[in-house]
Amino acid sequence: MTILAKHAASKLVYDSLKEHGVDPVNVRFDSVLSPTEGMLHGRRTILLGTNNYLGLTFDPDCIERSVEATRSQGTGTTGSRIANGSYDGHLRLEEALADFYGCQHAMVFSTGYQANLGILSTLVGRGDHLMLDADSHASIYDGSRLGHAEVIRFRHNSPDDLYKRLRRLEGVPGDRLIVVEGIYSMLGDTAPLKEFAAVKRETGAYLLVDEAHSMGVLGATGRGLAEAAGVEDDVDFIVGTFSKSLGSVGGFCVSNNPDFDILRVVCRPYMFTASLPPGVIGSTLAALEKVRSEPQLRVNLMRNAHRLHDGLTAMGFQTGPEANPVVAVAMPNTETAVLFWKLLLDKGLYLNIAIPPATPTNVSLLRSSVSAAHTTQQIDTALELFADVGRQLGFLTADRRRAGGVV
Amino acid sequence: MQSNHRLALVENKDADPQAQMREDIASVFEQVLGHPVQITDQTDIVEDLGMDSLGVMNFVMAIEDFYDISIPLDRIAQIQTVADLIHAVQDLRSGTPT
Repeated sequence: MTILAKHAASKLVYDSLKEHGVDPVNVRFDSVLSPTEGMLHGRRTILLGTNNYLGLTFDPDCIERSVEATRSQGTGTTGSRIANGSYDGHLRLEEALADFYGCQHAMVFSTGYQANLGILSTLVGRGDHLMLDADSHASIYDGSRLGHAEVIRFRHNSPDDLYKRLRRLEGVPGDRLIVVEGIYSMLGDTAPLKEFAAVKRETGAYLLVDEAHSMGVLGATGRGLAEAAGVEDDVDFIVGTFSKSLGSVGGFCVSNNPDFDILRVVCRPYMFTASLPPGVIGSTLAALEKVRSEPQLRVNLMRNAHRLHDGLTAMGFQTGPEANPVVAVAMPNTETAVLFWKLLLDKGLYLNIAIPPATPTNVSLLRSSVSAAHTTQQIDTALELFADVGRQLGFLTADRRRAGGVV
Repeated sequence: MQSNHRLALVENKDADPQAQMREDIASVFEQVLGHPVQITDQTDIVEDLGMDSLGVMNFVMAIEDFYDISIPLDRIAQIQTVADLIHAVQDLRSGTPT
């Protein structure tokens, strides 16, 4: 083999999927029709796995603002903000984000992934400690490897385990940064943020919350879990993305740290990459205004989330612990997960399949993400398809006794 | 042969603090894997004990609890054998910079 022979184990897994006629990482839509529908092999398919929480990708105002910005300012910035300068839109988006969060500072990145790379590798350095939840997103782990702080994992959603680990560091010099997520992307569970905030206060650590899946979703005004849990004053940094509830692409960090702006000259994933194009900035600004002006979107979203979560749970599927827009169903094994996923897709329902090692606790999952734009009929169709395939594979009855169980 | 080797080390544990650690580590392995294991300094934690990445993580967390330490991620990446683990634990307990 070649230089890529070192990935033989991954190739084996991937090839075995393809042998089943399944290639979950290469689904090719003929076209995408709306936030909730696409054409796949000539069939109208419900999109239930695209993190399009508020369904804003086809919002007429967002599209118009994107088109207008592209017409007036061009398709791209062709470089970084340091080299090519900031456009008015970059600054206006940062002001709008700071205003939305009630923070003094905001910084925009070209993707959510880069926001985590940049912020985590720059806030802490040699001699500091980065405390990560064990189930953190890949971008958090990758950000931790880009920097020079010592990285310590604590048990998922366990403030006690975190506390124990911070206590072990007593007397050790350096800063500590705790990183948790608002909604965890695989199971849809939320962090016990009040308790984490208490640990942070007691130990003098800093707290960062990644609200990628919770911005525009949780909280009275859509600011995320920190708002919902009433601990915004304890959160030192919020990182988020534009590619979920805001329907575009990009990432951000907001904070009240008085020294925040130094990041612009030391944070390499911010400095050495092309800035977001005007069209993306335009639609993102419009989408952020929608989050603020249309709270009904969140009501519709949570109604759909409950309908799907409760429906699946009632049928006897093993779902995640909370009814959130991420709804995960545990499969008894990888083979069943692959088959289930393929049968759903053949019947016109697209969602995500997650198999180890990409999942916590080595469980195979079918992962749905609900949108405010889904109609009740679409959610009910999804439920019927789950029931059909569950019966077809004969494991609904066997699993019924575990109804309501925690994944 | 492995078990004789281990027995010999266990018998001399008063003279050899590492023998006690090997015994403790074996008991943590047993707790995580659910069956007894025989280990030597050379035992490869992933290859010889058939642990997947999640198993390794659970094992590391159990070791951390046992010794009341936290093993940084970059340090975990360097640990391949039981001897590597013993050295890491000893370093961290004595406060040697990693």
